[in-house]
Amino acid sequence: MVRVIVDGTPVDVPAGSSALQACEAAGKEIPRFCYHERLSVAGNCRMCLVEVVRAPKPVASCGFPVAEGMEIKTDTEVVRKARRSVMEFLLINHPLDCPICDQGGECDLQDQAYGYGSGVSRYDEPKRAVTDKNLGPLVKTVMTRCIQCTRCVRFCAEVAGTPELGAVSRGENMEITTYVEKALTSELSGNLIDICPVGALTSKPGAFQQRPWELKKTDAIDVMDALGTNIQIQARGGEVKRIVPRVNDEVNEEWLSDKGRFAIDGLLRRRLDRPWVKVHGKLQAVSWQDAFVAIARRLEGVPGSRIGAIVGDLCDAESMMALRDLMISMGSPNLDCRQDGAHYDVSDRANYTFSSGIAGIDEADALLVIGANPRHDAPVLNARIRKRYLEAGRGGLPIGVIGDMGSDPTWAYESLGAGASALADLMADGNPFLEKLKAAKRPMIIVGQGALTRDDSPVVLKACALLAETVGAVTDEWSGLNVLHTAASRVAALDLDFLPAEGGRSVRGMLSGGVDVLWLLGADEFPVHGIGPDTFVIYQGHHGDAGAARADVILPGAAYTEKQGTWVNTEGRVQRGFQAVFPPGEAREDWRILRAVSDVLGHTLPYDTIEALREQLQVGARHVTARRSTTEGLSDSVLSKPFASSGASYYLTNPICRASATMQECASVHAPHAAVAAE
Amino acid sequence: MSAQTPEQPVHFAFDEASEAEIATILAKYPPERKASGVIPLLYVAQRQMGRLTDSAWVPVAAMDAIAARLEVAPIRVYEVATFYLMFNTKPIGRYHLQACTTTSCWLRGSDDVVAACKKATGIQHFGETSEDGMFTLTEVECLGACANAPILQVDSDYYEDLDGPRTEQLIEALRKGERPAYGPTIDRFNSAPEGGRKVLLDAGEPGQG
Amino acid sequence: MLSDKDRIFTNLYGQNDWRLAGARARGDWNGTAELIARGRDAIVNEMKASNLRGRGGAGFPTGLKWSFMPKGDGPVPRYLVINGDESEPGTCKDREILRHEPHKLIESALLASFAMGAHAAYIYIRGEFFNEARHLQIAIDEAYDAGLLGPNAAGSGWDFDFYIHRGAGAYICGEETALLESLEGKKGQPRMKPPFPAGAGLYGCPTTVNNVESISVASTILRRGAAWFAGLGRPNNCGSKLMAISGHVNTPCVFEEELGVPLREIIEKHGGGVRGGWDNLLAVIPGGCSVPLLPKSVCETVLMDFDSLRAERSGLGTACMIVMDKSTDIIKAIARFSQFFKHESCGQCTPCREGTGWMMRVMNRMVEGRAEIEEIDMLEQVTRQVEGHTICALGDAAAWPIQGLIRHFRPLMEERIHNYKRLHGGAGRIDAPSPATLATLAAE
Repeated sequence: MVRVIVDGTPVDVPAGSSALQACEAAGKEIPRFCYHERLSVAGNCRMCLVEVVRAPKPVASCGFPVAEGMEIKTDTEVVRKARRSVMEFLLINHPLDCPICDQGGECDLQDQAYGYGSGVSRYDEPKRAVTDKNLGPLVKTVMTRCIQCTRCVRFCAEVAGTPELGAVSRGENMEITTYVEKALTSELSGNLIDICPVGALTSKPGAFQQRPWELKKTDAIDVMDALGTNIQIQARGGEVKRIVPRVNDEVNEEWLSDKGRFAIDGLLRRRLDRPWVKVHGKLQAVSWQDAFVAIARRLEGVPGSRIGAIVGDLCDAESMMALRDLMISMGSPNLDCRQDGAHYDVSDRANYTFSSGIAGIDEADALLVIGANPRHDAPVLNARIRKRYLEAGRGGLPIGVIGDMGSDPTWAYESLGAGASALADLMADGNPFLEKLKAAKRPMIIVGQGALTRDDSPVVLKACALLAETVGAVTDEWSGLNVLHTAASRVAALDLDFLPAEGGRSVRGMLSGGVDVLWLLGADEFPVHGIGPDTFVIYQGHHGDAGAARADVILPGAAYTEKQGTWVNTEGRVQRGFQAVFPPGEAREDWRILRAVSDVLGHTLPYDTIEALREQLQVGARHVTARRSTTEGLSDSVLSKPFASSGASYYLTNPICRASATMQECASVHAPHAAVAAE
Repeated sequence: MSAQTPEQPVHFAFDEASEAEIATILAKYPPERKASGVIPLLYVAQRQMGRLTDSAWVPVAAMDAIAARLEVAPIRVYEVATFYLMFNTKPIGRYHLQACTTTSCWLRGSDDVVAACKKATGIQHFGETSEDGMFTLTEVECLGACANAPILQVDSDYYEDLDGPRTEQLIEALRKGERPAYGPTIDRFNSAPEGGRKVLLDAGEPGQG
Repeated sequence: MLSDKDRIFTNLYGQNDWRLAGARARGDWNGTAELIARGRDAIVNEMKASNLRGRGGAGFPTGLKWSFMPKGDGPVPRYLVINGDESEPGTCKDREILRHEPHKLIESALLASFAMGAHAAYIYIRGEFFNEARHLQIAIDEAYDAGLLGPNAAGSGWDFDFYIHRGAGAYICGEETALLESLEGKKGQPRMKPPFPAGAGLYGCPTTVNNVESISVASTILRRGAAWFAGLGRPNNCGSKLMAISGHVNTPCVFEEELGVPLREIIEKHGGGVRGGWDNLLAVIPGGCSVPLLPKSVCETVLMDFDSLRAERSGLGTACMIVMDKSTDIIKAIARFSQFFKHESCGQCTPCREGTGWMMRVMNRMVEGRAEIEEIDMLEQVTRQVEGHTICALGDAAAWPIQGLIRHFRPLMEERIHNYKRLHGGAGRIDAPSPATLATLAAE
């Protein structure tokens, strides 16, 4: 620790801290524009100038390292004058169009101008105007507002790993641009909007929609991937207007994927807002009671073994537990949460979670990615891998990949093969990458759904476990064998044992007439067309997608923004989201629907309130209900086909994004054929 | 600033002569630091364009080729190409007339040199190319040869101690395909004082400039 | 005044063969291995004892700078980087070394690199110096062929490579960290300091950046001894220095002169006197455009060295002076510098990016007189707001000429404003852009 004196108060900060950090530690707020704690230091805005005793001129505190006994003054006339000067310079070419600027009300420049701005302008010269740039469907530009802080340039190059933005030209003609017009390819591009301290980069889909102070803010958990990004839902008039990330260093730092941010228009479209029952082959709008009666009638006399339930990727733990309990009470062994047919080793919770923790990536010193595409599966997690990769320096973090990476993962890697056989090759004595893993203190293996959703997955998983053991990835202090999930609901479902019981059927077994009644809780990502023609399908969910299209009864549920719920992310972290808006029309929270229908079915669930339900909710630990994961129909030998990366566009992986015009536009802009045309 | 201009060629590939230069250039820097080659390779590309098209400029396709060769992001090359004034990101004339108008040259008559350039080429404003495509006139900042002001740089060569008439003569000569010797355009030896040097008098006879 | 026997750059004008044979005849590469055999510390100490101050403008003691490099040998490479980005308006001295004394530079670079433990040196030459770089490259090739560069350079036992890296038109790359950025293939944007180059410079390795002239004099200093060099000039302002005169003198030229000689004598002797006689002198900018101008009254007596000029609130800078006679529109002369700095600002930090454009526009109005009297004070304030608030010294350099103008020629500026008002009517504020401004705008 180094002791420095800030405005007369001694404060101890770690060696290597900047003067700005020392000032913050001393509780002094230092204004800044270019400085961002998660980006490299640029020192260009000059707003954070402070006085350091014995320094000949004010120093930029963001980049000035502390030294023992250093005396910093943050509130002297010199400092105030310097900041007022910088503010004046920033404003002379700024359009001052706050009344029509979407950043208004949450603009760093506007805020600081209250402190350091002058009421009048002394600048009588013509103002600069800068041509706006087209950065694609998500980020809108008003480049005349830009203050050239280069946060966006650094974000793209450092965090996103897609160096497409730059500051071209020089002097007062310096401009932020892609130079050659193109849509940003990052799945994290929305974060540019957050880090831009002014209104130069704003949300394109959200342009002119609201003012920040009009929005009701609710903390929630993102469900677009399995990372469990901490988000804040901002709503007005019952409509979700905006989603922004919350800071959680353990999970998402302060980033949010584009899907999590921009799919919100999908919450307004294709919604199931009233119950429907199929009568003579045609869906008819009915009351809740009629829908329940229709279900009860159909279930009459059906043995439990002929009833099945599949939960989808976005479900909250509460509704999954309610469905599980209902199924158990009806005697059904046919439960499954693995729409994709994944195989997991559920004998130990560590075996189906990202058990090192997401923050564990920061400590990894060698990485093997098997059948995963982290950039696609969980962009924010991928940014963390990249961060570690950059931190480790050249060759500091060897990364091997088995499987097809698709697009540039934003970090350099060695390709070790495409399929399961590559795992065997890797295990061969003297394999150079094996040696690297062995040499590492904290080797990490990430196993993705591409490796787990195959007929030979049990074998692959065993091979992974053996490899982990061989290279010392699983020790008393380090748990480096990680599963990267893509479904937000999956770990909770596994915790809840939402799996086939002894003799029960998996998703595959429930198709083709394997069950007579099939309850789909938001399940749209399995081969719905494979359901037997005589199977009676109850679809409970929020979007008119594949499942609803096949349904005999539709029970309108609530999307993740419309209910309070518990989610367990890929690392097994239990997190709770709150209700931001009400479900549309007659749609209701899902656990309530299940509670209500259980009454009609004569299997009343033993909880009347969500609090009572939660008393029984056992997530965060594997809760075995005398079930076991089934390996029916799976191969016990290695298949030759490569690990598939998900074929779906990143932007269209669930019913909400498929309903989103913004995501559809992204998918078409970034479709492979579009990329070829742009070459 | 944007690269969207109609004259951008779709493809660019280094020719044999350029490849030879690139090999020499990249040998100068540690292998893992080949990004240092951005500026030299931009020169190589610009010279190649001059050689092949009579217009020494750097199209986006060339910047992309450089980025690929040096394993840097294309935007980093765009930044460099637009930051440094000597890279022409638009096509230019066959001869690039670069008139220094900074104070030292201005004090000694750069206004006349500029006027002569405009008169002899028909160019109205800085940054324009003459109608015949022969000349592009650019205003440049101090060329660092102030003791021989005013200077007109034609492509890579400094023509020094100019005045209006001599500038016109120079341009006429260029138009005819001649390339007058660069250096002072008056009876003067390099940067020694006009009329003979006042120091180093015991040194030998004047040699090659 | 410096006598010919004490001149370092004996082929300054290229009057003799600049190639290896000629250089050898002048004493270059003579006993280089013996100089190196004295050892690292001896060389650094000799340079310190010579009191050589950096010749690029800032005047930082060269030997001291060399001693900042890490002692001993480490696993990390070190670099000598030579700053040949000579672009400061008025300055044209390093050009002569590059084209006429290239071997002095190469040999001195070897000596300096050895003293700092560097096995490679890069010289960054401004892009416009194409022919100068060509000369130097020929000299480098000659030196490699003669075994003076490469493994066991000049038989010294020291392996040494010397490379040219050409800039491409950016004054800012003369700032040492911007130069390093440029050399690494990036935009020439100055780095924040600390870290200083001696700790983390080129490619993050310990690096010393020296001006071409500062390096080039090393071989002669080591041969003739620190005492000889320190004996020239005045205390703390030792040695001889390349200088140049441009502007309104009868014979503009480049020359080597002792520090501490009266400015007037220099103008009379080397420049052949002010055009129209001494009394026709208006002002002198003594060392490149970023140092404030000196009115004639100061020029009468001031000595040409670091401390004397500093005492007059100006500076020696590069010692390449611009002389202006009474026909000069001094406001326009300085306004042209404002245009220069606006053009050359890298755009990285706010005060310089925004301030240089502002200052230029106000200065352009001051040239016409299309301004208010109070705006002179405002302009002065703007220069103060830029000065000292930027990452590098370009902001300061942009501010100082204007400050010098206001300090010494404020009455002229006021008179211009009054004249404009008289000619264009009224005493009120004139907001309409002038035709000249509109033309400038159109050209932009």
